[in-house]
This record gives sequence, C-alpha cells and structure tokens, in this order.
Amino acid sequence: MPSKKKGQGGRPRGPRPFWSGTITFGLVSLSVGLFPANRGKAVSLHMVDKDGTRLRRRYFCSKEETLLDGEDLVRGYPLDKNEYVVVEDDELESLAPEKSQEIDLKRFVPVSELDPIRFERAYFLTPEQGAIKAYRLLAKSMEQSERAGIATFVMRGKEYLVAILARDGILRAETLRFFDELRSPEEVGLPAREKAKARDVQRFQAGIKHLMKDRFEEQDLQDRGSRAIIEQAKRKLKSGKDVVRKAPARRGKSRQGPADDLMATIKKSLREGRTPADTPPAAKGKSKRRTGGKKKAARRADKALQDLSKDALYEEAKRLDVEGRSRMNKAQLREAISKAG
Amino acid sequence: MAARAIWKGVIVFDELTVPVKLYSAVADRNVHFRLLHRKDKAPVRQALVNPETDEVVTYAEARRAYRSERGDLVILTPEDLEALEPEKSRDIEVTRFVPPGVIDHRWYDRPYYLGPDEKGGAAYAALAAAMERSGREGLAHWTMRNKEYIGALRLHQGYPMLITLRHSGEVVASDTLEPPGGESLSRKDLDMAGQLIEMLAADFDPSEYQDEYRERVMALIDRKRRGEGPEKVTPIRRKKPSDDLSKALQASLDRGRKHA
Repeated sequence: MPSKKKGQGGRPRGPRPFWSGTITFGLVSLSVGLFPANRGKAVSLHMVDKDGTRLRRRYFCSKEETLLDGEDLVRGYPLDKNEYVVVEDDELESLAPEKSQEIDLKRFVPVSELDPIRFERAYFLTPEQGAIKAYRLLAKSMEQSERAGIATFVMRGKEYLVAILARDGILRAETLRFFDELRSPEEVGLPAREKAKARDVQRFQAGIKHLMKDRFEEQDLQDRGSRAIIEQAKRKLKSGKDVVRKAPARRGKSRQGPADDLMATIKKSLREGRTPADTPPAAKGKSKRRTGGKKKAARRADKALQDLSKDALYEEAKRLDVEGRSRMNKAQLREAISKAG
Repeated sequence: MAARAIWKGVIVFDELTVPVKLYSAVADRNVHFRLLHRKDKAPVRQALVNPETDEVVTYAEARRAYRSERGDLVILTPEDLEALEPEKSRDIEVTRFVPPGVIDHRWYDRPYYLGPDEKGGAAYAALAAAMERSGREGLAHWTMRNKEYIGALRLHQGYPMLITLRHSGEVVASDTLEPPGGESLSRKDLDMAGQLIEMLAADFDPSEYQDEYRERVMALIDRKRRGEGPEKVTPIRRKKPSDDLSKALQASLDRGRKHA
C-alpha cells in the first residue's frame, strides 16, 4: 500500500486516484478509482539559481509587491480592466455535487462510432473492495456487446465527457472532447475540396504505395528531444562541469520512480480492490479540494501566467502535477495551470 | 470565423511535396479566471524565489538543471540547450503508411487540420484523394517551433489532419496489467447485464452532450455580477453501491421496461 508521504506543502505523495467515485448503470453501482494511463515526458528539468539552489514559484501582488501565500489568493473573472467578479472555491464546488461523485452511464454506444480524434486522455479504472464482481460484469458485458458507456462527470473543477471502455477485462476511461471543443473544417475555414487531377492522384497513390508498411513499432515514437538532453547532462556529469553534487547525507534516498509506484498501485487495486481508506478524504468525491495552502496558491493565475516563458510555465505545470504537460504548447500550459485546482 | 493558421509546412514523401498550413482542430471553451490578491483584488504576478532567502531570481538569471538518479544536479546553460535544439525545417516528412488502426488511438494526442497553402491546391487535393483511396494512415515527423513532433496523417471529414502522437513510454502499457479475477460470473447475471446494456443502447451523437458545468459557472458569475447570491443547489444523495448485484440488475430491467 503506498504510504501517504507528506510533501512539503502537506500534500499526500504517492499515487492516489485522480478521481474516485461511483459508476452507475441502471440501478447497479460500483465504486472505482481513476488512475492516469498517460505519463509525462522522459525528462523534466528544474529551475535553479547559479549555485544550483532549487527555486520556487511564488505569487506577488501587483500593487503591493509582497509575496503571497495561498490564503491571500482568490479567483476573479475579468469583466473590464481592473474589474473582477470574485468567485470562491466552495461556490464552484457546490455547482455540480452529483456529477462530482458519479459517472452515470446512461447510454451505451458502439465502440466503432467513437472517433479517436475526440479522445483526449486515458485513465485506468480500478474497483474498490466490494465492487470487483460488478466491475468484472460490466467489463465483460461491454466487451461482448462491443459498446462503450457514455457519461459526463466533473473532475477537478471541470466537466468531462467520458467513454468507459472495456478491453481484456480491464475498464478504461477516455475523456472525450465536447462537441464544441472540436472544430469542423467549415469553422476553421478550410475551402471546399478541389477536384484533383487524375494524374496527380496516381502519383500520390504510387508514393503512398512505396511507403506502405503493415506495422509500426513503439520505437518509432522515440522522444529525441528528451534523449538529447539526458545525453548532454550525462556528458557534463562525467566531466564534472556545472554539477552540484547532492550532499552525501541525503544520498541513498534514491526512490522508486513515480511511474513504478503508479503501476504497482494499479496492479494491486485491480487484484484486490482498493480499500476506500486508501483514499484520503480530500480526494473522495471532492477531488478539486486539495490539502495545503501552497496548492491553492497555484490556482487561477491566468494574468500572471501571461508573462511567463514556456519553460517557466512547464516548470509550474510540473509543480502542479499537470497531466500531459510535456506535450502542451504555451497556451495549453497556461490554460492547464490556471485550471489545476 | 475562419481560424488563423498556426504554422506552415510542407508534406514530403517519395519526392512529392504538398505545401500546407496547420490549424488547431481543438477550440478552447474553458472559463478563464485570474488569480487575485484577496485583500486588494489586484491581479498577482509570479516570480522565481530562492526558498531559503525569499529573494527573487529573474528568469534571465535562472538556470535549468537536470537531476540525476543519485540526486546530483547538472546545470544546463542556455548555450547547452541551444546546441540541443533540433534543426529548423519546414518539412513534414511521412515515413510510412500503415493500415488504419495499426497506430493505436491511445498514442493520439492533439489534432490539427491541414489546409492548402498558396499554390499548393492541386497537390493538396491529390493527396487527399489518394489517401481516401488507399485508406491508409501516414506516420509523420516534423519540427515546429524548436520542438520535434511525431504525428499520424489521416483524413477527417475528407480533410487531411495531423494528430500529434505521444512519445514511447508515455502510454502505460495495459498488457502488463491483470484484470480482476474471481469465480466465474453467473450466466444469469451476464444475461441481465447484457439486456441492460441493450436497453440503454444508442448511437453516439456527440452534440447531445453539453458541458453543463461550464454553463453553471457562467451563470454563477452572472448572478454575482448583478449582486445576487448563489443559487441554492440541493445536493443529490449519493447512491449506495449495490450489494446484491443480481437484485440490482433485475430491478434495473424492471424499471427500464416500465419506462419503455
């Protein structure tokens, strides 16, 4: 069982579900946890000063020039210049209590009708204790019918459209982009497709044919950028240039990677069902609420985020455990950070 | 309103070229807040701070560092990082065309439409037509704004689209996971669950689902702006997980039939 290691901000460390709640279909309900099925980049860099001291991101009041703590911060919705509607966290949390706790599968649609370009992020579902039989039954029935359950639910202050899919006895959740989150070719303004010349089409068909392969390997997806960084860092480590050695006293604490922890937790949960006690109360149904004021400090900082470089945004996203941050551009990072409640 | 192109490139394979423009296929619909200082309602700014001294370090002075497995830090200078940047190029190089489904959708990340660039209309139309006939999906590599991307080249509603792919290692392999086990499920329960799914079966129509939460957030902001208090929402009681699965299934079917 992953222990609840306390981080600096009082946040429990170690993998816990991204969301936990109930899946219902008909009058059947089962308690589950959601664990991410996507992982971040192979390499992530820290922000340090010239001496190698890890730097922390803090908020300043733009008027007073004072450092602020989590309690000093509040969200504002911009109306005009310097005019905001202040919105408290608990007001947002109380907007959709039922949807924060339940994934209600009201429809089961053919898996083949789900266009993968709607898929945003994937999660594994693990049963809580007592839900294993219902979990297995739902997985098996969905697999046999080749259907996926569809629902909307609220997780961390945002509503998601989600498809629950079953494969080899394991339930997976895929968040889907809402209808209006995916532009149509017309909305983008793409011109009506011209009719192609037959000879041109033949040339392109021949070109495609030359490159036809039946397979592709995960190796084709190597992250060359991260590899280059790791190699350069290793060269410097060897030469000793620009290296800040860790104090010997703190050495040997080399921990298991978070990825290994996550896999171990998912595996165990699938095998035995998670005991609800594994879920800190804060994550139960109210996944938006986090422990510790520091976490809160990171909320809703769109204005502040405007001024940050991409690297700075990335660092911030990392601190907030923003999922998928390695693949985000600047605008996405800004967006994700401001959302990461 | 037509969207603005975010990048221009040239699709290249087998000595063929198609000049294209990239457009984001994803629209941001989130409600954007700003973080304010509670006391004076002034927006906040962010800065890097040395946690020991509370001193601010400017971004120009800050460095990025790689942490080794042992915990040593290797500082990567701006020169180091610059040297590692990929070569600039406009090429979107397609290296292979595979049958649909071979690139599992779990690698898919973000979709971008491709539109024809000036004078590229004929090649663009030919590419789309040829892809339609082959039914294949391309694997492409390109460098956009100093970053390397891998993507799937496919058609969406007849238009070429690039979907960026996650890198190897970024998708948790599910084949290493064991599904929950136990004694075999009863025929009767499986039948009833199958019937329940049939009862709730429908075609997938994405326009049926709205982001109601977003609407509620906007309504809340609107009420507060007019000086009204928040609307009272009565929390719905959480359903108790079903203890007796067969009973719950039977009751669901009975209820469904009554409503039918």
